[in-house]
Amino acid sequence: MTPEALAELVKRTLYDVAPDLEGEAIDPDIRFNEQFEFDSMDFLNFIAGLHHATALELPERDYQRLTTLASAVDYLTEKLTEQGRVKQ
Amino acid sequence: MTDFRMPSLGADMDEGTLVEWLKHPGDLLRRGDIIAVVETQKGAIEIEVFHDGVLEQTHAALGATLPVGSLLATIRMPGEVPAEKVPVVPVPILQPAAAVPPQPVPSQAKASIEALGQFRITPVARIIAARSGIDPGHILPGSDGIIGLREIAQLPQHSRKRKIGIDLDEMRKAIAAAMARSKREIPHYYVGSALDVTVMSDWLSSENAKRPVPERILSAVPIIKACALALRKVPEFNGHFTDGRFLPGQTIKMGIGIALRGGGLIAPAIDTVDMLPLDDIMRRLTDLVARVRGGRLRSSELSEATVTISNLGDDSADMVLPIIYPPQVAIIGVGQIAERPWVVDGRLEPRKIATFTLAGDHRVNDGRLASRFLKAVEQYLKKPEAL
Repeated sequence: MTPEALAELVKRTLYDVAPDLEGEAIDPDIRFNEQFEFDSMDFLNFIAGLHHATALELPERDYQRLTTLASAVDYLTEKLTEQGRVKQ
Repeated sequence: MTDFRMPSLGADMDEGTLVEWLKHPGDLLRRGDIIAVVETQKGAIEIEVFHDGVLEQTHAALGATLPVGSLLATIRMPGEVPAEKVPVVPVPILQPAAAVPPQPVPSQAKASIEALGQFRITPVARIIAARSGIDPGHILPGSDGIIGLREIAQLPQHSRKRKIGIDLDEMRKAIAAAMARSKREIPHYYVGSALDVTVMSDWLSSENAKRPVPERILSAVPIIKACALALRKVPEFNGHFTDGRFLPGQTIKMGIGIALRGGGLIAPAIDTVDMLPLDDIMRRLTDLVARVRGGRLRSSELSEATVTISNLGDDSADMVLPIIYPPQVAIIGVGQIAERPWVVDGRLEPRKIATFTLAGDHRVNDGRLASRFLKAVEQYLKKPEAL
């Protein structure tokens, strides 16, 4: 997986969790809850979607690194690189 | 034969527009089956039947707007013989809106981006435009040819405000009607306490650390359960004020306030919530939130909650003083959980604190009971493993 593909994956997951946002531009640095009125249930569904797509464990202590598009891509890149699953 | 009527859909809704029959004359009905879909100010509602039987006849036309209590259908009870097949002269209950086919439902998110002339519009932008009375054809799309939240936000403020001011969206009207009635009729009092929820919060973290993502629980869940258990100890807050007196609830059917993107609030209810394990409450809550967002709730979820909870959630505000939904007699407010300096055994410590409030109906109960309720909530949250 490339970082570009990961960004697509994060966007896809967000649209799946909140289908009414399909096609919305996502600012990479604004937190989802500010940008899209995400509540804790939306956010948990988003985490579950990422877990489903990547099979990463995504513990709660790492949730704060998954609150924006950019930080989520960084985090997933880091974790998947550790597993040898990202080509830089 | 039994008449099947448009059920009550909560204090803030008095009519609905029939958009779909899911059962047809001759169909077998089981209690809880969804017989029809009605479009309301709160989106599409699935109407359930309360009896086993056979659908004898339907009495309402698609597109008709029907007040609560209107005759929808006749149900033949088990053992009854079918009515003679006399041709029935159709009597319109209310004039259907000039036989116009049901309008597309603005509150129901279609799960895909839609074409709009030569441009495209995202579902959330379409919903907000519809609610604000803005013709999406007049919105300039972004450079990608898509109309989204950003384009809506960039509309000149005066055009948005003016249109919103004149064309208050239907849900806001419904909320306004119910809340105005509440403030007019119910002498509210408010009692609140900042509660130390560290034990619950830490227990939940360690519990969630053991669980894969799909099985994790939100902190709202133990909070809901603790409040439900506390209501058992103070049943004066659980029930309805009807015909000048308090009728205690037979069960604890708790309405859960769920916010909608773009504004508005719905409080569908979970029945017997005091008896459900946390995992069950989490599943029910996940399902309710998904159906609130998708605009498909069931009539039983929207009627007859015996109490309501308004939980602000993470990263919001410390305190809410909520307004009671008539005919209920109390509403619980819960602020965000935040770390605060706290005195524990004479020492200053960082603790996780959430402010719980209770608004009560002074015709029925008093503030002293509310303090007892808050103390009970605190006790339950200190033993989260027992919830």
